[in-house]
Parts: sequence; C-alpha cells; structure tokens
Amino acid sequence: MLEKLRLEAQQRWQERTSHNQAVIYIGTASCGRAAGALETLQAIRETLQDLGKEARIIEVGCIGPCYLEPLMDIALPGLARVSYANVTPAKARQILAACLTTGDLLPGKAAGHFGDDSFTRTSGIQPFFDLPMLKPQQRIILQKCGIIDPEDFDSALSTGAYKGLERAFTLGPEGIILEMQQAGLRGRGGAGFPTFRKWQAARTATGKPKYVVCNADEGDPGAFMNRALLEGDPHAVLEGMLIGGYAIGAREGIVYMRAEYPLAVKRMCKAIGQAYNSGLLGCNICNSGFDFDIRVQEGAGAFVCGEETALIASLEGLRGMPRPRPPYPTDRGYKGKPTLINNTESFGTVPAVLREGGEWFRQFGTASNPGTKTFSLVGKTRYTGLIEIPLGMTLRQVVEEIGGGTRFPFKAIQTGGPLGGCLPADRLDTPITYETMRELGSIMGSGGLIVMDESTCNVDMARYFVGFACSESCGNCTPCRVGTRILKDTLEKIVSGEGEPEDLEVMQRAAETMNNASLCGLGQAASNPVISSLKYFRQEYEEHIHQKFCRSAVCTELFEYTILPERCTGCGACVKVCPETAIHGERKQAHTLDTTRCVKCNACVRVCPVHAIVGAPVGTQAGTTRLAEAAI
Amino acid sequence: MTVERLIQSRDEFWAAGFTGDLAELIPLLQYYQETHGYISPEGVEAIAGFLGISEARVYTVASFYAQFRFQKPGKNHVFVCLGTACHVQGGVDLANEIHEHLHIRNGETTPDGQFDFKEVACLGCCAQAAVVEVNGKIYAKMNREKLRKVLKEHQHA
Repeated sequence: MLEKLRLEAQQRWQERTSHNQAVIYIGTASCGRAAGALETLQAIRETLQDLGKEARIIEVGCIGPCYLEPLMDIALPGLARVSYANVTPAKARQILAACLTTGDLLPGKAAGHFGDDSFTRTSGIQPFFDLPMLKPQQRIILQKCGIIDPEDFDSALSTGAYKGLERAFTLGPEGIILEMQQAGLRGRGGAGFPTFRKWQAARTATGKPKYVVCNADEGDPGAFMNRALLEGDPHAVLEGMLIGGYAIGAREGIVYMRAEYPLAVKRMCKAIGQAYNSGLLGCNICNSGFDFDIRVQEGAGAFVCGEETALIASLEGLRGMPRPRPPYPTDRGYKGKPTLINNTESFGTVPAVLREGGEWFRQFGTASNPGTKTFSLVGKTRYTGLIEIPLGMTLRQVVEEIGGGTRFPFKAIQTGGPLGGCLPADRLDTPITYETMRELGSIMGSGGLIVMDESTCNVDMARYFVGFACSESCGNCTPCRVGTRILKDTLEKIVSGEGEPEDLEVMQRAAETMNNASLCGLGQAASNPVISSLKYFRQEYEEHIHQKFCRSAVCTELFEYTILPERCTGCGACVKVCPETAIHGERKQAHTLDTTRCVKCNACVRVCPVHAIVGAPVGTQAGTTRLAEAAI
Repeated sequence: MTVERLIQSRDEFWAAGFTGDLAELIPLLQYYQETHGYISPEGVEAIAGFLGISEARVYTVASFYAQFRFQKPGKNHVFVCLGTACHVQGGVDLANEIHEHLHIRNGETTPDGQFDFKEVACLGCCAQAAVVEVNGKIYAKMNREKLRKVLKEHQHA
C-alpha cells in the first residue's frame, strides 16, 4: 500500500544524506536547547560560511544521554556518523574545521560513532551505543529518537514508519487485538492495565462515534519521556493511534498535549499535516476504507488531567475533575461515547508490536511484564537523561550501570514521580516491574526516576512531593483535599524545626485514609512519598523532630555549616563566593565560618573542592555528620 | 459590554475557526490569552456570550487551570521551574531570588510592567536543572547569581 510512497521517500532521503557532502546532525530537542544547542547551531552555520564548505544540517530529537548535550554528529561522505558531546560553539568550530578541511575526525574528542565494527577499527572511535550509559539499554520505542529528522516525513517513512499500520490493515481489527494480547503490552501511563483488554472493551462497546485519545499530558515533575518521544519521533505516536482507531472502529483521534511543551506541540502538528498530505489521515486511508482524523488539543496546566476521566472532562471544556468509575471511558468517555485512552508511550510502542509481532515483543522483559519501558533518570547520578530498559532490570543496574553511580553515597530512589515511593539502598536489587514496585509501597508510574544521595533530605523531599500533590489536588473529594493539606502542614512544621512526636502518627493516619478513600489515582497515591519514607527513613524524621537536626544539611533551620579543619586546604574558594563574608582564614590555613553571619546560601558548599563544609547540629559546631564521613 | 462589541468578538472567534461548541471553552481561553495577553473581564464576557453560558461558568473553568492569567502580563515573561530535579538543585532559591529582586510573587507582574513571573511544575529539561525560562528561552543550570545576570540583560534590552 505504501511501497511507492516509501520508495520515493527513501530516494529523496538518500539524496539528502548520502551524497558527496558532509551531513551535520544536531540534537535540538528542548533539553538540547536548554544546554545551548541553538547557539551551537548558529556557530555551525557561521563556521561553514567561514570555511567556505557546504554541508547539510539536520536537526534531530533527543537521543537520551542529556548530560552529553548539546550533541553534534558529523557524517563525512562515505563514512559513518560520528558523535561529539558537550559541543559549545567554540568546540563546534574546532571540530568542523578539522573534519571538513583535513578529514580528521578528532577521535580523542568523539563520543562515539553509529557505524559498524570495521569503522571502530579504522577510526579508533568506539560505537556510540557502547557508552556505559547506553550499553545496558534496549531501544525499541526510542529507536529512532535522535537518529531521524522529526520534521522530515521522508526521514520517518524511509526508516519504517507506518509499516505496523500496513500489517494492521492485513490483520484486521480482531487480528490486531490478538497480536496485542500476544505481546502483553501493559499501560505505560503507570497503572499497567493490559492494553489489549482496553482495546477489546472499546471495540465491543456499543455507541457511535468512538474516539481515540492519546494522553500526552505528561505532568510529572521530573519526567520527560513523552516529550522526548513526541519531539523525536511524532509519527510513531500517530501510527499507534491509527492502529488503535482501526482496531476499535473509531473515526476521530485527539492528542491531548501539555501546553508547556511548545516544541512537541509544533512537531506533532507538523507530523499530522504530513500524514494528511500523504493520505495516511483523512478518508479511505491506503484504500482500506478506513477514515480517521487526528487533532491536537492543548492542556491548560493541571496535573490531575493525566487521570483519564479528568482528561475527558477537560476535553469537554469543564474543570478537570475525575469522576468515579465505572462507567469506564471505554463505555462512556468523551461526549458520553466509547473512548479509548492510552498513554503516549503505549501508543508509541504499538507500531513496533504490529511490525515485528507480539512474540518478538515478548522476548524483552519478563513473562508478566513484557517489553521495554522508558524512564527519565534524573537527580544525583553521574549520567542523567532518558533511558529505555527491558522491564525486570534491577534498580541497582539502572542507578549504578546506566546512571554511573552517585557523587555522595546513594541514599534513595524515588520511582513513579511525585506519587511514587522512596526506596532505600537495601531495596536496590528489586527488579522493576509493576507488581514489585507496588509491593514496596511505590508505583511504576509513568517512569520518573529521581536518584537522591546523602545530600538530599528525605523529609524535605516528602514535603516537596506532598506540596505538589496539594497544589494539584482538584478538590473534588475530601480525603485528598484535606489529607494533602494535613500532610503538607505537618511536614512544613517538621522541616522548620517545630515538629512534635505525635506528628508522625498524625501523618500515618491521614496518609492511610487518603490511600483508602480517595476518588482517583492522584489522591490514592499522593501519600506514597510519606508512607514510604516513613517506612524506610523513619530515623531521619525522628532526628528532625527530637534532635532538631537535618543530617543532609537541607532544612535550613535544622543545621549550621561548619568547616572541618582536618579537611580544609585553605584554598579560599569559599571566601570568594560567600555573599556575607562569613568565612575567614589565612591562605593555606584551615578557614573558619562565622555562623552568626552565615545565611546558609549553600554557595560555599558547591565550590569547596574537598567537601570540607558540612552541616552540624545547631549549636554544637563539633561533630562530623554522616555526610562528612562519606564525602571522601 | 455592548452588543456591538459582543458581535465583534463573535466574528473574531468565528474567523479563528471556533464553532461555538462547549468543548471549545479551553481552546477559546487559550486563544484569547494568546491574542490579548491575559483573560480580562471583557474576555470572559465575550467567551461566555459566544458559547451561551454564564460568566461564572467561564471563570470556574479558567481558574482551575494554571495556564490562565487574570493580570496583564509584563514585557518579559519569567518562568521558574519547580519540578523535582530543579527542586533538588535549588529551584526554590531561584523563586526566592525573583521575589527578593523584583518584589513579585507567583502570578504577579512588576508595577513598571517589565516582568511577570510564574512558577511552573516542570519544563521537562530535568537533566539541565535548575532551569529558568525567560521569553521562551530556557536557561540551564541556574543559580542566584546567574539568574540576576539574566534578569539584568532583559531589563535593559
């Protein structure tokens, strides 16, 4: 059906990338831009002009290792694509000058290449996917992110986009759902409900028209998996929606996107336009007799709209408040009609499942948790960014192998975003599956992983998460509205040094009530950060309450800074940054800190090369803390 | 609002492709904010008139969502990210800096109309935390000093 279209696209794409001129790829997704990719892009253009060289510049999405951004790849004619990391404008000039004038690929500066083994031997550059952060990963959903040009339809089509849709048309609706059942894909929004069952329910539901909604309202702070997918490979999501729409017999699809992701919205709209122009959307798609339209609707900034019934309310022009289920949206959803709602990542996975088959998908992950899942790994690990791993991998592998460990000793990992739980070091060997996460009092969630080390205070983190849930609670049901408030107020009391012994009991009770009695997932899970940290880090709470001490030197009322004389080298770096001139000392001699002037701005701690500035209980100015012992 | 003004805004909404379906309420609010800068009382009236619903109903929805502002925005738009990663890297410090430096809080505009400021849940650039967005450009790995410099640049520009 699409052979002719694909063949033409392949020809055009090859003409663009593999002729006798160099091709420069630069990652300009949101995170790359934050790291300065647009300035680098500008420098590349100028350098090309200065050198008098021609080269094609292609902007690509995010490939995952955000700590390497901005990433620039160069493919010289006939050679493999070579990637360079942390490319500042100056570095870009240097690399381009060497590559384009002398053909020197500067192996010492390269991060990796995308070619085959023989290229490794001839160039002396390692394969990009052998980087420690990338090697343990398995890329299915993100396969094309950062590789293809997300705004160029030829690029997507020639790398296999819509092959899954072609196969779906030959299988027919029942066949598609059977294939999904074989694959065992489970909802990637976090709940883990088998996707095929949702599709089955939407298919058998009576009522017309039916709708397909893609939940791209990625509200978790600290998570950006969906953004990266939408910015890097929007056609994968469209294809997934088309397959879903065909399977359930829908006529219209809506992508509910977060307005805070303007680039993702722009690229998605562009992709929709391209699909219409090629006859992949609209009437009689690929002569199959199937009609389907997709439009984008921007969310307006409410976390709770990630919950499916709240999302529907928002689509209908109401306050985004959840309602009790059943009836499920597959029976009565948007405008009261059967509606299939899946997460962006679920839809993004569907094309691969249909293209390669359910059996193929099952070879990844575990028996009850097949396939791969994307996570955003952030916080205190050495390497941060977007990762994709087969389910069943242990947390330890993620933190230590992919993340490269932490600077200070590892303390905890928060899985599942603000509604998840905080897991301590002795739970690191747990495999990541929907069930194990739930057993530990956390959730899989949509995939935010926040790593904390000894410099993060668990009580403060719990306060932060609960504060977030409190401000995002829609106020519809009492346990959530009042419960988040109780938790927030109590935790604020504790971190400001006014905690009382009975506070822990109060929080425990409120948290359990919320868990049992709230209407939607937000309220039920909002207490997870508190329950889990009370379970695993109770000692820290007690220190805050009884000794009025924050061992991580985060809660400003509960510690004071001190300089360890045995560690201080007298370099003077702290003296320079101190805004209150609270630090004194002779050069090369141990310095002292005047706690009466110190405003705990943290500036000295950040610059100290030997970690000599640590927190001590207020008024003691003596003892070392665990942080101090651990630092060296 | 006079009838003429209502007709005028109705024509404007039609021209922008709206049909008057109730489900268009949020897109209408977004459109109005984009073209007028904020949701003014006149805007609420125009939208309510267009959809045939009460103004209270429009406010109910508009006030629920973080995106909508009811104050005239400043010349420069400052967003401080308070997502998890930014929180860990000192995002609250940055919000405090804005408060101390510009004397405005979340959702407010400086009296001279130079800056408006909003705290946001997450800008999705977590690996570059802490981040601040000024006029659509994202500044990575910020601290108080860097933020002061960025604000100064925009104040003079």
